[in-house]
Amino acid sequence: MNNSIALKSILTKEIQRFTRIWVQTLVPPAITISLYFVIFGSLIGSRIGEMGGFDYMSFIVPGLIMMSVITNSYSNVASSFFSAKWQRNIEEMLVAPVPNWVIVAGYVGGGMARGMLVGLIVTLVSLLFVDIQIHNIWVIIATVTLTSATFALGGLINAIFAGSFDDISIIPTFILTPLTYLGGVFYSISLLPDFWQGVSQINPIVYMVNAFRYGFLGISDVNITTAFIVIGVFIVTLFTIAMTLISKGIGLRS
Amino acid sequence: MTTASPEYALEISALAKTYKGGFQALKGINLTVEQGDFFALLGPNGAGKSTTIGVITSLVNKTHGQVKVHGYDIDTDLEKAKSFIGLVPQEFNFNQFESLLNILVNQAGYYGVGRKLGFERAEKYLKQLELWDKRNVAARTLSGGMKRRLMIARALMHEPKILILDEPTAGVDIEVRRGMWEFLQTLNKQGVTIILTTHYLEEAEMLCRNIAIIDGGEIVEDTSMKSLLAQLDIETFVLDLAPQAQPVTLAEVTARQLDDHSLEVDLRKNDSLNQVFAQLSAQGVKVLSMRNKTNRLEALFVNLIANKKSTKQPNQSSTVEA
Repeated sequence: MNNSIALKSILTKEIQRFTRIWVQTLVPPAITISLYFVIFGSLIGSRIGEMGGFDYMSFIVPGLIMMSVITNSYSNVASSFFSAKWQRNIEEMLVAPVPNWVIVAGYVGGGMARGMLVGLIVTLVSLLFVDIQIHNIWVIIATVTLTSATFALGGLINAIFAGSFDDISIIPTFILTPLTYLGGVFYSISLLPDFWQGVSQINPIVYMVNAFRYGFLGISDVNITTAFIVIGVFIVTLFTIAMTLISKGIGLRS
Repeated sequence: MTTASPEYALEISALAKTYKGGFQALKGINLTVEQGDFFALLGPNGAGKSTTIGVITSLVNKTHGQVKVHGYDIDTDLEKAKSFIGLVPQEFNFNQFESLLNILVNQAGYYGVGRKLGFERAEKYLKQLELWDKRNVAARTLSGGMKRRLMIARALMHEPKILILDEPTAGVDIEVRRGMWEFLQTLNKQGVTIILTTHYLEEAEMLCRNIAIIDGGEIVEDTSMKSLLAQLDIETFVLDLAPQAQPVTLAEVTARQLDDHSLEVDLRKNDSLNQVFAQLSAQGVKVLSMRNKTNRLEALFVNLIANKKSTKQPNQSSTVEA
């Protein structure tokens, strides 16, 4: 059994899926991010002045790109995997000799592909509003890759447990969005009182946004090494959970 | 690693499945299917057919028991065992929004078949199943019969040694059904073991060499089709006669004249149709055509299930669909 062919097939299927419905998957993030730039960057941002030594527009660009990567890598896998469960075409893979890690890697890879493609689109849109500087391209690539993997895994676990389409919107609405908005996308956490700075330290998105911002601007509210360790721990934990759930057939096998 | 036993495509021993909530779908069934066989698995609704298929294909976790596919135990060599099987499930379970070609080529990929070979096989099976002109349309636009054929094509993309079909002809018209029968017979002649569940008992009688009947999670009959049909004591034929004035009389067989051109004749196992025809000829009666009054297998099936039910408690019941 050639696992690389199976992996390529799942990846191809996943990429074909979100590119086939590009109006639903690729266009909305570009529009949303343009509105953020207009409202928070141009209109309100001009009154805020500098943050972290940079004008507000430049400061929020990395966070906005990362926000798009997070929501798209998560929702791609949550939606695609749950649809496959709902239409039962997940059985195509379950009856085939595809190892569980290949199923996980295929779906996560698809989510990462969409997250990073949307991230690229948002970056290109942001060039219309602000000049982007790059401090360390490798930190940017590593952060966007690992963050998209983390949230793609999260979306997969959500979809495994989901029993209805409502269930795949609960986590993004009630957990992901608050964590993202409180994750330092629009502000430096150094502006917060000490207590809330401490609370922010348990929000993983703080580490992702700051590592990504460091890649562009060279500034961060957290230690970069710590940020990568936190992201790494999340990936290993979520991957282990996803593998265990699929191996046990939770939500998939009777 | 288990050793493959070449004579059996499928070996099931003491297989049991109890679902959450306590429903016991399989109560320790034993079953073997020889390689190259055309095998029918029949039973009323809720008898355990789909659960059995689910366990074999790993869609259902068994409670206990053993399943071997071409000698490979699904507990120890699941991926190897899966590679032998092609499944045509009862419900449509492909992505309704994908094109036929994508569905087939991706399915081939799950079995390690590369895209180039996948496209070649997709063309081969879509042409054989008369779906080639639909290759680029979304699967949801197909008719019911076309969707059934698509699922057969999908199951064949890795050229399995065993093809399991769970009611493959449900809801398709007779012309399509007969086309599918021919296709399956050709596959079987090429050496593919075929395991079929169906509610069309005529289909099982016509296609299958061996048969198992399952009811209430237990195998109530496991034999050759020939042996099963030999259990029939009486078979009823309806003869269409040329209109005549005189009533027909037959000696040594039970017969009922339904009207001036229809005669119903009950024949015991050792009776001969020749004696009926001889008597009719002697009376100057011309037989225009003849048919079985009921499907023979259907009669046996109903009897077997009814016999089993009579041994159950009076408040236990199940639906017989035939």
